[in-house]
Amino acid sequence: MTLSAPGPARNLPQYGALFAVLLANWLLFPDFFAIRLQDGRLFGSLIDVLNRGAPVALLAIGMTMVIATRGVDLSVGAVMAISGAIAATMTGAGWSLPAVLAASLAAGLLCGLWNGLLVAVLRIQPIIATLILMVAGRGIAQLVTEGQIVTFTSPALAFIGSGSFLTVPMPVVLTIVVLAVTALLVRATALGLMIEAVGINRLSSAGAGVNTPVVLVAVYVWCGLCAAVAGLIVTADIRGADANNAGLWLELDAILAVVVGGTSLLGGRFGLVLSVVGALIIQSMNTGILLSGFKPEFNLIVKAGVLLVVLLLQSPTLTLFLPRPKGARPIGTVKPPVAPTSGGAKP
Amino acid sequence: MTGALQRFLPLIVTTAVLVVGFLICATQFPNFASWRVVANLLTDNAFLGITAVGMTFVILSGGIDLSVGAVIGFTTVLLAVLIEHGGWHPVPAFAVALIAAGGFGAAMGGVIHVFQMPPFIVTLAGMFIARGLGFVLTTDSVPINHPLYGELNDMALRFDFGLKLSLPALLMLGVVVAAVVLAHWTRFGANLYALGGNRQSAELMGVPVGRTTVAVYGLSGLLAGLAGIVFSLYTGAGYSLAATGVELDTITAVVIGGTQLTGGYGYVVGTFVGVLIQGLIQTYITFDGTLSSWWTKIAIGVLLFVFILLQKGLLVVWAGRGGEPAEA
Amino acid sequence: MTASTAPPSASSSGPLLAIRGLSKAFLGVQALDGVDFTLRHGEIHALLGENGAGKSTLIKTLTGVYLRDGGTVALEGREIAPRGVEEAQRLHIGTVYQEVNLLPNLSVAENLFLGRQPMRWGLVDRGAMRRRARAVLQPYGLSIDVTAPLGRFSVATQQIVAIARAVDMSAKVLILDEPTASLDAQEVAVLFKVMRTLRSRGIGIVFVTHFLDQVYEVCDSITVLRNGRLVGERRTADLPRLDLVAMMLGRELEAAAHRIDLGPAEVDSRPPLASFKGFGKSRSVEPFDLDIRPGEVVALAGLLGSGRTETVRLVFGMDRADRGEATVDGQAVRLKGPRDAVRLGFGFCPEDRKKEGIVGELSVRENIILALQARQGWLKPIPRHRQEEIADRFIRLLDIRTPDAERPIQLLSGGNQQKALLARWLATEPRLLILDEPTRGIDVGAHAEIIRLIERLCADGMALLVVSSELEEIVAYSRRVVVLRDRRHVAELRGGEVSVERIVAAIASETPNAIASETPVTAGSGAEVRQ
Repeated sequence: MTLSAPGPARNLPQYGALFAVLLANWLLFPDFFAIRLQDGRLFGSLIDVLNRGAPVALLAIGMTMVIATRGVDLSVGAVMAISGAIAATMTGAGWSLPAVLAASLAAGLLCGLWNGLLVAVLRIQPIIATLILMVAGRGIAQLVTEGQIVTFTSPALAFIGSGSFLTVPMPVVLTIVVLAVTALLVRATALGLMIEAVGINRLSSAGAGVNTPVVLVAVYVWCGLCAAVAGLIVTADIRGADANNAGLWLELDAILAVVVGGTSLLGGRFGLVLSVVGALIIQSMNTGILLSGFKPEFNLIVKAGVLLVVLLLQSPTLTLFLPRPKGARPIGTVKPPVAPTSGGAKP
Repeated sequence: MTGALQRFLPLIVTTAVLVVGFLICATQFPNFASWRVVANLLTDNAFLGITAVGMTFVILSGGIDLSVGAVIGFTTVLLAVLIEHGGWHPVPAFAVALIAAGGFGAAMGGVIHVFQMPPFIVTLAGMFIARGLGFVLTTDSVPINHPLYGELNDMALRFDFGLKLSLPALLMLGVVVAAVVLAHWTRFGANLYALGGNRQSAELMGVPVGRTTVAVYGLSGLLAGLAGIVFSLYTGAGYSLAATGVELDTITAVVIGGTQLTGGYGYVVGTFVGVLIQGLIQTYITFDGTLSSWWTKIAIGVLLFVFILLQKGLLVVWAGRGGEPAEA
Repeated sequence: MTASTAPPSASSSGPLLAIRGLSKAFLGVQALDGVDFTLRHGEIHALLGENGAGKSTLIKTLTGVYLRDGGTVALEGREIAPRGVEEAQRLHIGTVYQEVNLLPNLSVAENLFLGRQPMRWGLVDRGAMRRRARAVLQPYGLSIDVTAPLGRFSVATQQIVAIARAVDMSAKVLILDEPTASLDAQEVAVLFKVMRTLRSRGIGIVFVTHFLDQVYEVCDSITVLRNGRLVGERRTADLPRLDLVAMMLGRELEAAAHRIDLGPAEVDSRPPLASFKGFGKSRSVEPFDLDIRPGEVVALAGLLGSGRTETVRLVFGMDRADRGEATVDGQAVRLKGPRDAVRLGFGFCPEDRKKEGIVGELSVRENIILALQARQGWLKPIPRHRQEEIADRFIRLLDIRTPDAERPIQLLSGGNQQKALLARWLATEPRLLILDEPTRGIDVGAHAEIIRLIERLCADGMALLVVSSELEEIVAYSRRVVVLRDRRHVAELRGGEVSVERIVAAIASETPNAIASETPVTAGSGAEVRQ
């Protein structure tokens, strides 16, 4: 049982790209791979890439499954802000760490449940359904922090952001744990299969008896949970919650990571590890641009370039090999392989 | 005329929300119901309104444009660099900015049509590119000190009864009027609605799909460029981080204004009202003084939810009359 | 009305539209093979045929969606070769499809004039457009609010608007592709009135339908296609119903009606596995009674569009019945969706495999275990080795031709996809398996295998409900055949009564008061073949 559904050959572009970006960084900055141990924690540019890439990687894990069902979750940035706001505020008010963590995660779960119900039960398009929380979520986060940048001093919560476990920074550890748990959840159960089936053909899946609403709600709930963990990490790292800026625009980075990781925006086969690799590719480029002395602003253009290249690579494949029922292809370009029946395809 | 009533129901509800909202404000704050407040409402939201008109057209055609905020930001930077660093006169700079913004939008429309890519992702890339280009020009906030800017800002249309409309407000009102004409009195407008209703049927009925797609994203870019000019007048500066999140505000205004996000149904006037509702909420909170700014976002989120539900309900009612077959 | 009126004048001596030797192939499959078709001025001409007959291809070649491979098409003596719907429209050929191809979100007037709006000073003259729209619709007896969105009107009204647009764009040939499929009796009457009016104005109408009563009510002539070939063209008045059905189904039936004798039917006293009473859905299929006993094959026969597919979709909960009740093992059950049916031990291989059956990018293995897994729930995954076992067993058992079980199912041929879908349900060991056109689009070899398989399943005690257009197949494996016509269950044949001739006779029989009668036909009361 593999974590990434497509065969190993299909993963090559992602790993190749990651390798190429890392190589370029090394050429520009020979110390790139240098890792040193200091105060029981690893330091170095490579570790930095992993550490800073953790929030987007976490979002990408949840987003991957949402995208696999042919959906998208625009609210993850706002959910991060909510979870961070709750954690910082509660910690400031003297709550214990377990209570704080439980409350933050529960908030993420509720947000995911809200999105999932809108999509699965009310049948609102995912982009629109999650737009509501994207707009209102940040307001809710500010409501929690009462518009302030809430800071805290609790070393217990800060440990999640800046501590380390067996010399590995906590954000990296948490990402690995979430990745492992998610992979276990979808691949050791039949959930992964059902997510892919629903994403590829919702009608067929429902006809085979798959409980499509439950599958849809489940992926949005999990995505909300992942976002809550990412929000906790960011808050713990800066020892405070900035409801205005926490997770701002990270939903777009997460979508980008998933797309770079090779999961199609049209749903279907997904690779969790590949999405994390996608997040690392993006982060390595960020770091590389920083190290090579360019303005960090170049990031955006490079990101856009990568996005376009990946999409262009996917585009002909998608239109040629994967005929979609709702395909908006020009009439008459793709002829049915057999004589059309008068009962079947209507124009 | 129950038919007309039903058709305009989203628009009527939106307008009622605005009127009731204004009345509530007026009863709570004695000096709220003044022409000055109205004029400020129009001026402060002018760039948003202009952008939202372009977004309405894109959404009516069944697409979405996430790049508008970035295009506004880029336009302000381009203007600042051309005028302050390049020593250009603002008028040719305006022309260049409009051409650049419109061309950028049209290019995205071309990519969407030719490669059959989802508009959401293409315009997302466009957003990155436009912001990135802005950053490349300059990351600083560059003040624009050309005398023409001062003159333009002092320009206003005064009415005897006390209303004073600034240039941005006038521009927005002009754009809205022109957009209504474009939507309902031109073939391009009809083609947009057709495209948003059903792309295949539209094609079968002879709508030039490719040309219309390129044109509508070009128009959205052009209007975002115009909004950028207004924004630079309003703030007197060019800054590449300007107008972040405007794409979200405009989409929200479009939905609150009664336009279906799936395309094909809606009115430009509704979007205009949607922009004013957002502005009104902000003004209310400013007047109140004790309420915090985040209530704006929450209130807008609730409005968004209510209007999406309303649309969903209306579609179900229409479908129940034998319109479209219900999908499993 | 408008300039479009083509008076049946000088040119009416020759045919309006003459198609000779039309051929069209798709990837080696001959969809049309030397077909002739003649449409005269002021004529309503039925184009009939079962699935794969080539009606669709003929129409699409006429309207420029496809380019023909061979043959000639002449309109009023002039050779034409349209390369698109627009060009066909300019050449005076207008088409109206079953699912109206207009825009429900635009107003009626905008739909009528999209792309050719009346202009004044560079702007659309909406007043003139409204006035002209009212004028265009007036001859059709439609006085509706032309500014209201089209989607607010009934399908029948939308059809008429579509016809009005086509005719107003100067159509001389009007193609109506199954326009009555979702209309009720009253709406059909209105549509027929419109068709007769147009006929009197000299317009030639090609009418595709599956309702024989309608053919005899409104058509002047009939052309029948089968398997891409022309079977024949007849005047409606000269063609008895039985001969028409025989032409469509390809049987030579000499006086088949004489052989019908209502002999005693074998009575099956076993309690039914599943029983449906007054089950039905408005605008889909009239209420029917249906009992299915363990180990028996019940076949649903009838022409395309007669309500066969609609019946089985209700039974499996793919569509929700709005009347009647269902019982399984004597217990009342609710069929809210396929999940309910799966839980009751039903399985369903749909007619449209691609859209509702296979999950294209998933492997053969995953497609096979999907229903079983769905029934077990996601928490109890079938171990990989067990999945492989199941997949391999059925690949062998059903002889599914695939290099291995990991191949995406969309890369398999239609017949092998069908067998994989069968395997999906067999893996759940269903009590009732529903097959909708199980042999459609499948090559001859696979065809025979699937029939053998059906026989074997039945012998194993599974109940089968099969929809098929292949009457010989039905006769070969079923002991009970329910015959449908015009969305009604009209007859049930049992045991020795089951024969191709009897089925054809039942399909062709005329029902008195076909429209008025609302009473469900009791299928349990023995054979009812009315002649």
